[in-house]
Amino acid sequence: MIKLDKVSKKFGTGVFGLSDVSFSIENGEFVFLVGPTGAGKTTIFRILIRDVLPSEGSVIVNDWDVVTLPKNKIPHLRKKVGIVFQDLKLLLDRTIFENVVLPLEVAGIKTEEALKIVENILMQVGLTEHRDKFPVQLSGGELQRAAIARALVLSPEILLADEPTGNLDAATSWEIVKLLSDINKKGTTVVMATHNRDIVKSLGKRIIQMEKGKIINDEKAKKEEKEGKKK
Amino acid sequence: MSFAKTTWKNIRRSPYQALAAILIMTLTFLVISFFTFLLVGSSKVITYFESKPQVTAFFKNEAKQSDINSLENQLRSTGKVASIKFVSKDEALKIYREQNKNDPLLLDLVTADVLPSSFEISTIQIEDMGAISNMLNKSTLVSDVIYQKDVVSTLSTWTSAIRKLGAGLIILLSLVSIFIMATIIGIKISQKKEDIEIMKLIGATNWYIRWPFLTEGVVYGIIGAILGWAFATAGLLYTTPFLESFLKGIPVLPASYLDLLALLGIEVVFAALLGVISSFLAVLRYSK
Repeated sequence: MIKLDKVSKKFGTGVFGLSDVSFSIENGEFVFLVGPTGAGKTTIFRILIRDVLPSEGSVIVNDWDVVTLPKNKIPHLRKKVGIVFQDLKLLLDRTIFENVVLPLEVAGIKTEEALKIVENILMQVGLTEHRDKFPVQLSGGELQRAAIARALVLSPEILLADEPTGNLDAATSWEIVKLLSDINKKGTTVVMATHNRDIVKSLGKRIIQMEKGKIINDEKAKKEEKEGKKK
Repeated sequence: MSFAKTTWKNIRRSPYQALAAILIMTLTFLVISFFTFLLVGSSKVITYFESKPQVTAFFKNEAKQSDINSLENQLRSTGKVASIKFVSKDEALKIYREQNKNDPLLLDLVTADVLPSSFEISTIQIEDMGAISNMLNKSTLVSDVIYQKDVVSTLSTWTSAIRKLGAGLIILLSLVSIFIMATIIGIKISQKKEDIEIMKLIGATNWYIRWPFLTEGVVYGIIGAILGWAFATAGLLYTTPFLESFLKGIPVLPASYLDLLALLGIEVVFAALLGVISSFLAVLRYSK
């Protein structure tokens, strides 16, 4: 479960990255975080993995209070929340296999077991034949899938995907979204930041719309509000 | 996978930095080994001189055995004497013959009558030699007193100078190698900043990231120590025949292999320590 309550983030320059953002996402949901560049989507993701701290407000991820989480617990949080970065952040001097196995190594999982898990994940994202290639040898869609594989390899309960279709053509974008949707069907909570309207519309999932650090539209929240008024 | 693998990869991918780190360690341990040899050697020389009779008193020909015995008792009663050995004229001749066995001319010339009998005395403490020799000088039985105070005290001065110089150099070089290694490992950490950032974002603990750098420092240290020791030991073994003839009869060389290996062991442990300290400095400084 993800719960943000009145979260604001003021950057050192005095600019508000987020102001008064509140929403909650239940386990197993698929949510689109939509908005133009600079709306604060990435900032929300960075707060969720405690890469930055919010200036105000409370953030709950699973049962962790992210804001007060002691430093030595941060690695635990990050192992439970898989993230696909906008710029992917694959290690360029390692093969696809080595990139994907990295979270398992970090988590101290035995080599044999890790090998099996990685084989499985690579099959799931369709990269088995590219396992020994380096990132520079792959196409954009393949790299995106490699990043997703790395985010999934520890079977996180939450998967955050930041603009995973950003640089991809329509057909490849659909492949990626379908992959994320499949992952969601297996029970993983998926939050995908995007500004691709076609995909958002046709998938019919919950949409949180943001602009300039504020939420301007959240269907679910509205619905609950209405229901609340009816009562 | 294993830290060893990551460490090896780090070393292999920056050979010049690795070489610099290993060489400074080699130099440090070459000096440490060299000064250890020097110190052990010189303290062996001192022990040798200390164990030799320190005061020798030669008796006049007319000295009677009973007087000599009473002098001996007198000396012992001071409580400063570790041992007294009486060397009779016959024994003196024997020693003389042994020392000059290759020179028949010298052997023919000398008989027991010519040689004086003597006391070979060692004191418990070197400082007491003066008092003992004074006592002997006053005795009417004694014709001449020789003592080796000068040899021992000169050697002691030298040894303590060597010890100070060695300690100073070793401390200096240890510091230099710590800072050089810390800088080298710091450069490596800076080069991998992005990788480290990514690893942290996907849940790596600080120690997961630090370990390979720590082991890298230890590896440099240990390789340097082994090389430094090997060079110094090779040098020692090579010069042993020359040094042995120089030290004529003073039992300093050859060095025992067991001692050399013990030195290697100590150096490796010390090197590992230096490695850990320098990597730790680098890690604290550069990976926040």
